[in-house]
Amino acid sequence: MTSNGFLQIAVYVIVLLGLAKPLGGYMARIYRDKSIRPMRWVGSIESLIYRLGGVKPEQEMRWTEYAAALLVFNLLGLIAVYALQRFQSYLPLNPQHLAAVTPDSAFNTAVSFATNTNWQGYGGETTMSYLTQTLGLTVQNFASAATGMAVLVALIRGFIRRNQETIGNFWVDMTRSTLYILLPLSLLLALALVAQGVVQTFSPYQTVALAEAVSYEQPKLGADGQPVKNHEGKPVLEKIEVREQTLALGPAASQIAIKQLGTNGGGFFNVNSAHPFENPTPLSNFLEMLSILLIPAALCYTFGAMVGDTRQGWAILAAMTVIFVALVFVTVPAEQYGNPVLASLGTDQAPSAAQPGGNMEGKETRFGIVNSALWAVVTTSASNGSVNAMHDSFTPIGGMIPMWLMQLGEVVYGGVGSGLYGMIVFALVAVFVAGLMIGRTPEYLGKKIEAFEMKMASVAILIPPLVVLGGAAIAVMVAAGKSSVFNPGAHGFSEVLYAFSSAGNNNGSAFAGLSANTPFYNFMLGLAMLFARYWLAVPVLAIAGSLAAKKIVPAGSGTLPTHTPLFMALLIGTVLMVGALTFIPALALGPIVEHLQMTK
Amino acid sequence: MFKVIKPAAMMLVMLTLLTGVIYPALVTGLAQALFPAQANGSLIRDSQGKAVGSALIGQSFSNGKYFWGRPSATAPYPYNAGASSGSNLGPINPALADAVKTRIEALRAADPENKTPVPVDLVTASGSGLDPHISPAAAEYQVNRIAKARRIDPDKLREMVRSHTEGRQWGFLGEPKANVLALNRALDAIR
Amino acid sequence: MNVMSKRSASASKKPVPASLFDSRILLEALADAFRKLTPKQQSKNPVMFVVYIGSILTTFLWFQALSGKGEAPAGFTLAVTLWLWFTVLFANFAEAVAEGRSKAQAAFLRSAKRDIAAKKLDEPRYGSNYSKIAGSTLRRGDVVLIEAGDFIPGDGDVIEGVASVDESAITGESAPVIRESGGDFSSVTGGTRVLSDWLVVSITVNPGETFLDRMIAMVESAKRQKTPNEIALTILLVALTLVFLLATATLLPFSLYSVEAAGAGQPISVTVLVALLVCLIPTTIGGLLSAIGVAGIGRMMQKNVIATSGRAVEAAGDVDVLLLDKTGTITLGNRQASAFIPIKGVPEKNLADAAQLASLADETPEGRSIVVLAKQKFGFRERDMRALGATFVHFSAQTRMSGVNLESRQIRKGAADAIRMYVEEQGGKFPQAVQTLVNNVARRGSTPLVVAEGGHALGVIELKDIVKGGIKERFAELRQMGIKTIMITGDNRLTAAAIAAEAGVDDFLAEATPEAKLKLIREHQADGRLVAMTGDGTNDAPALAQADVAVAMNSGTQAAKEAGNMVDLDSNPTKLIEIVETGKQMLMTRGALTTFSIANDVAKYFAIIPAAFATTYPELNVLNVMGLATPDSAILSAVIFNALIIIALIPLALKGIRYKPVGAATLLQNNLLIYGVGGLIVPFIGIKTIDLLLVGLGLA
Repeated sequence: MTSNGFLQIAVYVIVLLGLAKPLGGYMARIYRDKSIRPMRWVGSIESLIYRLGGVKPEQEMRWTEYAAALLVFNLLGLIAVYALQRFQSYLPLNPQHLAAVTPDSAFNTAVSFATNTNWQGYGGETTMSYLTQTLGLTVQNFASAATGMAVLVALIRGFIRRNQETIGNFWVDMTRSTLYILLPLSLLLALALVAQGVVQTFSPYQTVALAEAVSYEQPKLGADGQPVKNHEGKPVLEKIEVREQTLALGPAASQIAIKQLGTNGGGFFNVNSAHPFENPTPLSNFLEMLSILLIPAALCYTFGAMVGDTRQGWAILAAMTVIFVALVFVTVPAEQYGNPVLASLGTDQAPSAAQPGGNMEGKETRFGIVNSALWAVVTTSASNGSVNAMHDSFTPIGGMIPMWLMQLGEVVYGGVGSGLYGMIVFALVAVFVAGLMIGRTPEYLGKKIEAFEMKMASVAILIPPLVVLGGAAIAVMVAAGKSSVFNPGAHGFSEVLYAFSSAGNNNGSAFAGLSANTPFYNFMLGLAMLFARYWLAVPVLAIAGSLAAKKIVPAGSGTLPTHTPLFMALLIGTVLMVGALTFIPALALGPIVEHLQMTK
Repeated sequence: MFKVIKPAAMMLVMLTLLTGVIYPALVTGLAQALFPAQANGSLIRDSQGKAVGSALIGQSFSNGKYFWGRPSATAPYPYNAGASSGSNLGPINPALADAVKTRIEALRAADPENKTPVPVDLVTASGSGLDPHISPAAAEYQVNRIAKARRIDPDKLREMVRSHTEGRQWGFLGEPKANVLALNRALDAIR
Repeated sequence: MNVMSKRSASASKKPVPASLFDSRILLEALADAFRKLTPKQQSKNPVMFVVYIGSILTTFLWFQALSGKGEAPAGFTLAVTLWLWFTVLFANFAEAVAEGRSKAQAAFLRSAKRDIAAKKLDEPRYGSNYSKIAGSTLRRGDVVLIEAGDFIPGDGDVIEGVASVDESAITGESAPVIRESGGDFSSVTGGTRVLSDWLVVSITVNPGETFLDRMIAMVESAKRQKTPNEIALTILLVALTLVFLLATATLLPFSLYSVEAAGAGQPISVTVLVALLVCLIPTTIGGLLSAIGVAGIGRMMQKNVIATSGRAVEAAGDVDVLLLDKTGTITLGNRQASAFIPIKGVPEKNLADAAQLASLADETPEGRSIVVLAKQKFGFRERDMRALGATFVHFSAQTRMSGVNLESRQIRKGAADAIRMYVEEQGGKFPQAVQTLVNNVARRGSTPLVVAEGGHALGVIELKDIVKGGIKERFAELRQMGIKTIMITGDNRLTAAAIAAEAGVDDFLAEATPEAKLKLIREHQADGRLVAMTGDGTNDAPALAQADVAVAMNSGTQAAKEAGNMVDLDSNPTKLIEIVETGKQMLMTRGALTTFSIANDVAKYFAIIPAAFATTYPELNVLNVMGLATPDSAILSAVIFNALIIIALIPLALKGIRYKPVGAATLLQNNLLIYGVGGLIVPFIGIKTIDLLLVGLGLA
């Protein structure tokens, strides 16, 4: 690794952590219902929304009511996105006259955006109308992010409250998350991105003249639409010369801003943030990367502030950061080392002042190795899933780390809200085992962790193995699953495993060689996304309800402190052990063996 | 059940208005007012005002007189800006080795005297298939070939490359790079 | 008396077999291990049930291999099968050993429960006619006579008489105890024997509900009731088992795909998959979990504490607040006179003389200590009461003083306010100087007794509370454990504060009434704390019933014993500390073995993964860091290690891991190092050793 590489990573981590406290403190104030002075006029918009929406903001909900509101709201959003895709050809703002999306793809995409996954089986610029992108996908980017934040806030209330049956009001938590946090930040980021060159327009695609014409051959089609064949039975090829370039445009900046801030990750264009119109400069790259982890990291501070002990939040943030930084320093060197196969062909992969070197297949020149590998770790440690380089072309180890980060359950920062509540579930497990080891009924933040909490935590921990391993197992058994595999050998298995790791943890990134826009994958991955999202969120709300009803045990010297390096180590150990023990066999058959084959 | 569905539906409508209508409209309005060039694709126009490309989107060059950009994996032809795509070839996929071998052979054939190792970005497909840049090393690798084809002083060409090379943003962000379309337009301008 | 020595003394008297591995118990347990192989028994433990199913599956595979159609060589399948069965048996054995010890205890108790002939009285008084009936037919409310040499036919309260009773049948304590009517020593237990004199006892329980019955039931059913933490842990273990089940089950399709993709090798065999699964699921803790629970209650018994439920034992580990009676727990039961403090103008000798006279007939330990002190200080000998023509005034609840009337002298001693009333009644004046002396003594933590003759107060006798040796250190230990100690005393605030400071308790409740105790417990519980207390009197019963962990003294009343959830047969109030430790040990052993079990998996992966895919991806042999000889020996070594570790850890499960009061963080750190990091390293060494042995023996 180069010293500039260290510098870029260090600046990123420092800025990220530096923003955690101010933003986290601000969010804590929002959720504690303190009005923010300069934003009082937003308060009147807020009340207007409640009034028009027919919602009583002061009405508290039990966890079951909270969960019901959440599920119904998400289901309606899902239906809306599905309908928009199916009817987009009849609707306005479709300058390219894109056709209706197929039912299986529309289902997959609707689930994908409602669950904050943003797995994309489709290519944005060739599939979705401007209306679908803004009215459907952008809205769900906000809604799914706000949903995640609401669940987290409900869980935090579980810790704060004692002997109470309610955990807050879903509509209020969701609306406040959107109005005070996601919208203002998105607006700022969107404008900054436009300034760097991200497009934002409702005009049709722009056609420009090419400096040099491009010609290519394609099978000639007869009048019947079938390829014409010559006397040998081979298709006849026709030469086509292209003199113009069509630049796909659209209202991209507004969607990209929320896709990063809301850890959604769904690209406006097919190649996501590798596309120069989505991510034109290193600065836009830095801002987008920062936005991915900004809210998840800051929410740790919010958590600490709300439970009345900021050290608790810092401890979790530190545990996440340790895992994150450690894995960054596996991925970046792996990519920087390059591909021995290409080295033997006479390429120069050594980094220098004049070139990034390393494994440049699937990466953009302006980002080089460091920013591409760093992004890969960032986007998979958050459940973001946007990419600025093609993960499928990463080195085996460089690709394994992002895959493993997802398999950990998306808890290293994770999605907005969902990452922290997932991590708190791990903390409950860690506290439980630790509590036993010191001879006390385990307690976390004064709440006793008992059979019910363990039951719900167990349900949550079962998701990754069940959805990821189970899904991948089905896919490699059936022809419909195997036929979509693009790369041969162990890498092909990695593609399938990566797809289910991504969908099964609501990440959304892909080893994109896999042709996932098939009925089989659209259905299977859609199912995986639904499971991963709600099978975690509902048990977490149940835990919130159970905790809120409990007493708070005052801490004493017999209580296990949960803000110490020891506890952080235990938490890291729990997350990594569960992740490693569950996935090592599968990873051995994918990236690990591929790495050994590549280096032998 | 209806008690839940009604507020859910109404809140979805409210949120859609706010984030799906007002928000994109606001961003578009501000973007068009403040940064119209960027918001519309950072277009490059010739002297007649005709759009001849985007500063952010690469174009395909295969003529020996031009700087060649990164290989592009878009379909059906390279640098199709209407359908961005990477190659998605795995690191030990034989197809990757074959493709790189073919590209290296093409570079060597165009410039047989150049025996130096090829900068890796010049023979590997970019992520977007639309990468407008190459590394300074990749530009340098091509200088002799273009100088010969155009019969100009290689050092003059190097000077041109240097002036078109952007350093790291703010001195440390990203990688040094040269915009291929800009370089080639500059080459054409020499004549 | 030293608290520590008391503890070790009681441990040696336990009625359970002393050795962990009494050969008779081991033999019986071995047989039980096989008896427990029924599906019904196995299905109670989800983790081991998976091993059980796996063993059956591989047994079938072995038969299949014998018929020549097997997926793996018959010899290898047989070896794996056998060791899987051993794993099941070892877990059964661990449970059986723990149960064996409880069974021995139950058998011992049952021997005390012979059918005893009872002398049922027609009228509830001594001397009434009685009829002889079987003890087992006695019902609540029946009154029986028990004479010297008779066994007491059932639990009850003494309503008449005093007798010495041999209770060794239930306590193991050979020294007889005194039982008498009224007060806190009135309860008797069925199966014990009256040694001298007689008792009239009112039976308090119906047949089958006796204390002995409850103890036997408790001992025998110890394994059946799961404690809350055990339930929570079982849930976690089931979840982990499912995770590993998914991880291994999906390996079959993954392996099939890999064979197809690599175009080489054979897919992983079901035998290997089962072996991998069994190695990965937490069999170590799963196999030992119930043994730990049973052993925890057994350890309580060794300490001569009978818990009414495992839940109570476990709750003991969580105790935050400990309420301790001052008398008998913190201080020696009896106060002793330590000084005569006269008021100005009265010679100390005169005060001592009056005090001695007033105490001559006082048989209480305090009274005797006054006589002793007078003799030590001034050489007064005991005088003959009759020669002096003295009549003795006994202590009564109304006057709250005692004393003596001589021909011309009336001497009284008692608490300050009682004497004040007496003096004022006599027309005298209670001097302020006496009150000052009283306050000074109380401030020192001693009890002041005022002596008065006629209408004149002479001065004060200081009765000193003797704080038990070593108790301060024990309280410091408790503080380290995070437990707050509160002393309960009937003394006034001044006295209580002084003793509290001397004994090193964190807080005290002075002038305690039963209501005040109950209120204190409720307050702490409302704050979310768990409260433990000991008690013996009937007036302790409400507080005992309210406390989370309530230890009743066996010497105490029936009401106290019924209100508590544990009974201390030694009637040693400091036993609570040991009870807390035992509760903690039980949880710690579970936690430590869970950590150990999971940490073990890392090494097992390194052994099995390269072996399982050796034919498809020989490159993976890089992961064979232990350098195991062959794929078969690697898999077998992991399975054998997995089975043997259960046997190796049985002693630890039964004894519990040592608890040191060093604070939560340090404790966790130590245990993580030993059982977490240790759990990572040990199997690497173990598996390699077994592999070397297999190779050395020519088995691989």
